[in-house]
Amino acid sequence: MLIRTPPRHLPEPSEITPRSVWTHRRRIVQAAAAGIALPAPGWLSAQTTRTETRPEARLPGKASPLSTLGPNDKATPYKDVTTYNNFYEFGLNKEDPVVTARSLKTRPWTVTVEGEVDKPRVFDIDELLKLAPMEERVYRMRCVEGWSMVVPWVGYSMSELIRRVQPNGNAKFVEFVTLNDSKQMPGLRSSVLNWPYVEGLRIDEANHPLTLLSFGLYGELLPNQNGAPVRMVVPWKYGFKSGKSIVKIRFVEKQPVTAWNRAAPQEYGFYSNVNPEVDHPRWSQATERRIGDDGFLVRKRATLMFNGYADQVAGLYAGMDLKRSI
Amino acid sequence: MSSRPVPIVAIKAAVFLLALGPLARLLLAGTTGAFGGLGANPVEFVTRSTGTWTLVFLCITLAITPARRLTGWNWLQRLRRMIGLFAFFYGALHFTTYFWLDQWFDLAAIIKDIVKRPFITVGFAAFVLMIPLALTSTDAMVRRLGRRWGKLHRLVYAVAIAAILHYWWHKAGKNDYSEVGWYAAVVIGLLGWRLVDRWRKRVTPRTQA
Repeated sequence: MLIRTPPRHLPEPSEITPRSVWTHRRRIVQAAAAGIALPAPGWLSAQTTRTETRPEARLPGKASPLSTLGPNDKATPYKDVTTYNNFYEFGLNKEDPVVTARSLKTRPWTVTVEGEVDKPRVFDIDELLKLAPMEERVYRMRCVEGWSMVVPWVGYSMSELIRRVQPNGNAKFVEFVTLNDSKQMPGLRSSVLNWPYVEGLRIDEANHPLTLLSFGLYGELLPNQNGAPVRMVVPWKYGFKSGKSIVKIRFVEKQPVTAWNRAAPQEYGFYSNVNPEVDHPRWSQATERRIGDDGFLVRKRATLMFNGYADQVAGLYAGMDLKRSI
Repeated sequence: MSSRPVPIVAIKAAVFLLALGPLARLLLAGTTGAFGGLGANPVEFVTRSTGTWTLVFLCITLAITPARRLTGWNWLQRLRRMIGLFAFFYGALHFTTYFWLDQWFDLAAIIKDIVKRPFITVGFAAFVLMIPLALTSTDAMVRRLGRRWGKLHRLVYAVAIAAILHYWWHKAGKNDYSEVGWYAAVVIGLLGWRLVDRWRKRVTPRTQA
């Protein structure tokens, strides 16, 4: 048998870890040992983009200090993020959307912003893409069903859009409406929900810097099954609060009647903040299964209050009984 | 019935191997990634798969008597015990997946779940009710229990109803009854057939031996 020894050589300059990265890694390790969460470091971006992305689909974002990850949080593999989707407009099984959402046409696309605003407008998707600088926000995503992911989203704070349309004093809530076109969305034939899918936030929640208007993930434009071309991401709430494939944003005075709240009000509250102490009627919310890296033979992990964003968002709910206002 | 003897041993062996198919598929998918693997959430996949197959084998078990009566193939009866035991086998795997992979032996959480959540309560009840049926499935037990054996094994009707409720309530919050609806229809059909059959026997006395 012939054994080849690789030729000895000096490392290429590109293979040497830059000092700044190296010191950052040391900080991460030290912080992890001390159980402290650090903002996502710049070098994480390298792992949250893909080489396979077609050039025309690239959507880079600047790393954001709002990507606060814990020591055990790492980006869920792209394959899982894009093949395990709850998007009922494209079927009830989580394996459906990746196949059936191919029929979704994301161009041309407009988003109508209306209601209690001084400057109502219809935005073209290309306008929205240029409205503010793109940021990469690596957020935990906790589904109400008891599983979670870590997703490197690309987008900007919802507040960027809100300030441009100038809500008036009556704007207490914001409603997000998903596309409702049965020609493109085969799942609309089922009567599981009252279509269109409507989600909503209180105006202060919508204005919170963490609330993201997202156009991409993993450094590329959103795959259709993840809510292309534009979706909400509200990381401290259960995943269903983050409306996908949005065509309309309405500023309203009264609390919107949201799709899941209407279907099963005792199970899905308007707020639906991630809360390990408030069980879903049919399962506990105390723990969650992290998709991807946790693997098969691993105990579920503890779910964190506000999905780990309590420091940033708990103030929004000061004085509210979170066990009653679910 | 035809005069030719039915090759029951060969049929039993074939059914046995076929019934192991779902388990083989899970094992192969989990270890080699065959059949598309177990997906992004393997525990959920295994839980659902074993649950579904429990229900399928329960339905087949319940279908044996009507099928035998409608076709006159009395040898079908000789498959019933094995298929019933496969229902128990997949039910046991389903329960094991829950208390091991899902709950990780957290006894306090499991008890809380069973007490607090009707969907888990009935699922657990269905499993527990299958245990005496499996234990009394041996020839010796059939002989020992005599007439009481038949009475005891009517518990399978309760098991089927509890299993349907378990699945139904699981889907309730998501308003998705498409699949469970079919299973419910099959179970209602199979139990309904028995009711009608009983009623008929009462009206017209037996003519056949």
